[in-house]
Amino acid sequence: MPVSDFQPVIGLEVHAQLLTQSKIFCGCSTAFGAEPNLHTCPVCLGMPGVLPVLNQRVVEFAVLTGLALGCEVRSRSVWSRKNYFYPDLPKGYQITQYDQPICEHGRLIIDTPGGEKVIRVRRIHMEEDAGKNVHDASEGQSLVDLNRAGVPLLEIVSDPDLRDADEAVEYLKALRDVLVYLGVNDGNLEEGSFRCDANVSVMPRGSTTFGQRCELKNLNSFRFVKQAIEYEIARQVDVIESGGTVVQQTRLWDTNKGVTRSMRSKEDAHDYRYFPEPDLPPLQVSTATIEAMGHRMPELPRPKLQRFVSQYGLPVYDARILTAERPLADFFEACAAKYPDAKRLSNWFLGELLRLLKEEALPVSALRFTPERLAELLAAVDGGTLSNNAGKAVLEEMFRTGKAPADIIAEKGLAQVSDTGAIEAVVDDILVKNAGEVEKYRAGKKQVFGFFVGQVMRAMKGKGNPTLVNELLKKKLGD
Amino acid sequence: MQLTDLTMLELARKLASGEVSSVEATRASLERIAQVDPQVRAFLRVDAEGALAAAEASDRRRKAGTPASVLDGVPVGLKDLFLTEGVETTAGSRVLEGFVPPFDATVVRLLKEAGLPLVGKLNLDEFAMGSSNESSAYFPTRNPWDLTRTPGGSSGGSAAAVAAREVFAALGTDTGGSIRQPAAFTNTVGLKPTYGRVSRYGVIAYASSLDQPGPMTRTVADAAALLQVLARHDPLDSTSASVETPDFSAALEEGVKGLRLGVPREYFAQGMDEEVEASIRAALREYERMGATLVDVSLPHTQYALATYYLIAPAEASSNLARYDGVRYGQRAKDARGLKELYALTRERGFGPEVKRRIMLGTYALSAGYYDAYYLRAQKVRTLIREDFLRVFRDVDALLTPASPVAAFKLGEKVEDPLSMYLMDVYTLPCNLAGVPGLSVPCGFTKAGLPVGLQLLGRPFEEALLLRIARAFEREHEHFRRLAPLPAQGA
Repeated sequence: MPVSDFQPVIGLEVHAQLLTQSKIFCGCSTAFGAEPNLHTCPVCLGMPGVLPVLNQRVVEFAVLTGLALGCEVRSRSVWSRKNYFYPDLPKGYQITQYDQPICEHGRLIIDTPGGEKVIRVRRIHMEEDAGKNVHDASEGQSLVDLNRAGVPLLEIVSDPDLRDADEAVEYLKALRDVLVYLGVNDGNLEEGSFRCDANVSVMPRGSTTFGQRCELKNLNSFRFVKQAIEYEIARQVDVIESGGTVVQQTRLWDTNKGVTRSMRSKEDAHDYRYFPEPDLPPLQVSTATIEAMGHRMPELPRPKLQRFVSQYGLPVYDARILTAERPLADFFEACAAKYPDAKRLSNWFLGELLRLLKEEALPVSALRFTPERLAELLAAVDGGTLSNNAGKAVLEEMFRTGKAPADIIAEKGLAQVSDTGAIEAVVDDILVKNAGEVEKYRAGKKQVFGFFVGQVMRAMKGKGNPTLVNELLKKKLGD
Repeated sequence: MQLTDLTMLELARKLASGEVSSVEATRASLERIAQVDPQVRAFLRVDAEGALAAAEASDRRRKAGTPASVLDGVPVGLKDLFLTEGVETTAGSRVLEGFVPPFDATVVRLLKEAGLPLVGKLNLDEFAMGSSNESSAYFPTRNPWDLTRTPGGSSGGSAAAVAAREVFAALGTDTGGSIRQPAAFTNTVGLKPTYGRVSRYGVIAYASSLDQPGPMTRTVADAAALLQVLARHDPLDSTSASVETPDFSAALEEGVKGLRLGVPREYFAQGMDEEVEASIRAALREYERMGATLVDVSLPHTQYALATYYLIAPAEASSNLARYDGVRYGQRAKDARGLKELYALTRERGFGPEVKRRIMLGTYALSAGYYDAYYLRAQKVRTLIREDFLRVFRDVDALLTPASPVAAFKLGEKVEDPLSMYLMDVYTLPCNLAGVPGLSVPCGFTKAGLPVGLQLLGRPFEEALLLRIARAFEREHEHFRRLAPLPAQGA
């Protein structure tokens, strides 16, 4: 059977670091990139006698995320210990949630070529991150950095509802957008603050029994997610085609070779000996907390996109780009409140503003001008004070210096000349100086018209209103 | 009479009147340790310098008229399970040899804030796992009443030091009887508070859902006064209860007239030593004489307590002790090649046989395929045991039982027989499983002169009532006046 006769089945587990100031069970900073072991204390070092104290912000973020994904939030959830030995795990167990997670039964809508698709979110739970082992620092030794130990994580587990690598990537992007919108995660796959494991299996098309699955790890970009899943699907089909059976195992994506390779099989799988964490009472989440989080819920990416289309009459393409990030969407809306033509505004955003931000790799929050100033600029272009090109130049200057458009126009003398008398004088002068060309034009050589326009604009240093220049030239030339 | 023969509150009164200074009391304590501890071997470590510095500071406060508490200046000792900043803390284990904590346990901080000089760290069964002090990696502590016998465990060092008048009081911890059984073996008072009454922060964990620190003293009033310092909600311990701290001493002298005291028939089963039983029965009659009503009650799930405890406690311990891996602190097998060998050798050399036995038991109980049959079922039985207590407490104010089925046994007698050692805790374990408070008060001696302890069990957070009931008996029978004969002749 060819690959197309097989139906892939994919489920994703995402680990998202929460953007809290302090760790989940102690007061240490969660800041990334500090000197090794700087952000540690007896609690996150797993000293004898220490006890965890839950950071309530973590619960708020978990509830917020659960509500955003349409989950049921448990009024009582339970902390568990997951036991295993590893040097980056100071206590020898991870505090996590196991059989009674804080959120369950959610959903996330993604776009597929066949239209919208609902992907079920099986569960969301809170847990602590581990530290990092550093293996290449010195000969024959490994070093341990525990700055990350105890950073709060949300684990978000989908049902196996995804059917190909593209859907998986769509789901991840949609999930990341939601988390970033909520302000609970920075969505950075490369730095590992948004991590993904994929469970992949294949079954003959038409079958309802899932095949044996393999778990893929080390997928730290959307591209790798797609490549690894596609590789793994092909690999599993190969195994079955050649008469073998897929063995349940954990496989590591090898970025350099572009293959997945076995990390451990089911037989070597840890027995984590989960049991309820006796140092933390069961977590009670009150309906008041759930309601408070509901009130704090921002508009989510998908509804916002739909609203941008309906409210501003924007094409889906524009709306998607403008709503990709909440600060950009917010800034657009602030501008739209000051400037009536949303599509024209969108053109300036997509054409100019995003280009400038991208060139400088700056976030929207770094913009040095207000929506009012941008509206002023566009009004100047619309009113003929600025040419389109001069408008772009002024925007760039606003972007670099934060100066008001009026000041930039004045300083640089960029204002467009729309005074008919002034243009007429220049036109007359040019026609007199180029009497020979005028003859040719009048004799029927109409292509000389562009030459006259060029001469007038040069004489006016490009500031002549092009419409007026054209009109006056035609009038004087007797057309 | 020596200064060290005073009870804690007797000393506190002399400190308050200026008759004795804290430096004098602390020196007396240190001298007493030098004199008798070579026989008793209660101390793993003495911090003379730290204690004397604290005593001097205390004397300055007393002189300035600003004592930090009623107990300001009273030298006490700590079971070596409490973290002490800058002072080595080992849990009686090789694996923590040389470990100097960077912070104080909450209760240690509270003692320091109340002005009590901390004289040193007291011996215990390794990681508090044991009933005789013989599982200490260092040496067994001896019973001051008979140096050939155990002081009990796991807080045996604390009990022995108090009984030998080396300190005026000590802190112990109680997971399955580790305060009450040694108290019973040494003619001292030991109180295990309600789970959550005293902070566990900075107390090296054995079984987190059972561990509870408490006072070990010579008298009931001393226990009440020391508990007053310790009982405090601690934001660093999420299992610490947010309850009011009452005045534990206020009602001490109110007697037992009109109280209903339950006598659970399951605690008078076969296997109890005859002399111990006789002593306990005499105490029961005494309570009747004092005006209490004795009520025959039943706690039907008591018979499962031992099995339940030996699933839950080792399960939690197997996880709690995972951190002793040689990576960050304590002992490390320096000759290990590779990570697995580092773990294996560090733990093989660092832990003694009883600790290994319990890690194995607990790991097994939590393993896939066994969890439901063992750990989960044990948790269910635990709920039934707690319900037993709460039910009888609707009818009676407290329960009276023996603290131990026997008096202090010989060192070496049970060390090769773990099961008979585990049976030593049969009367103390249910209290921990239920989370209720328990207290052991001296109630007499065997013909051989070995102390017997009466156990009182009470409603959650009713330590004050337990102390009052214990005090009623103590007022009539001042067994604490009888002092362990030390230094022993010819020992």
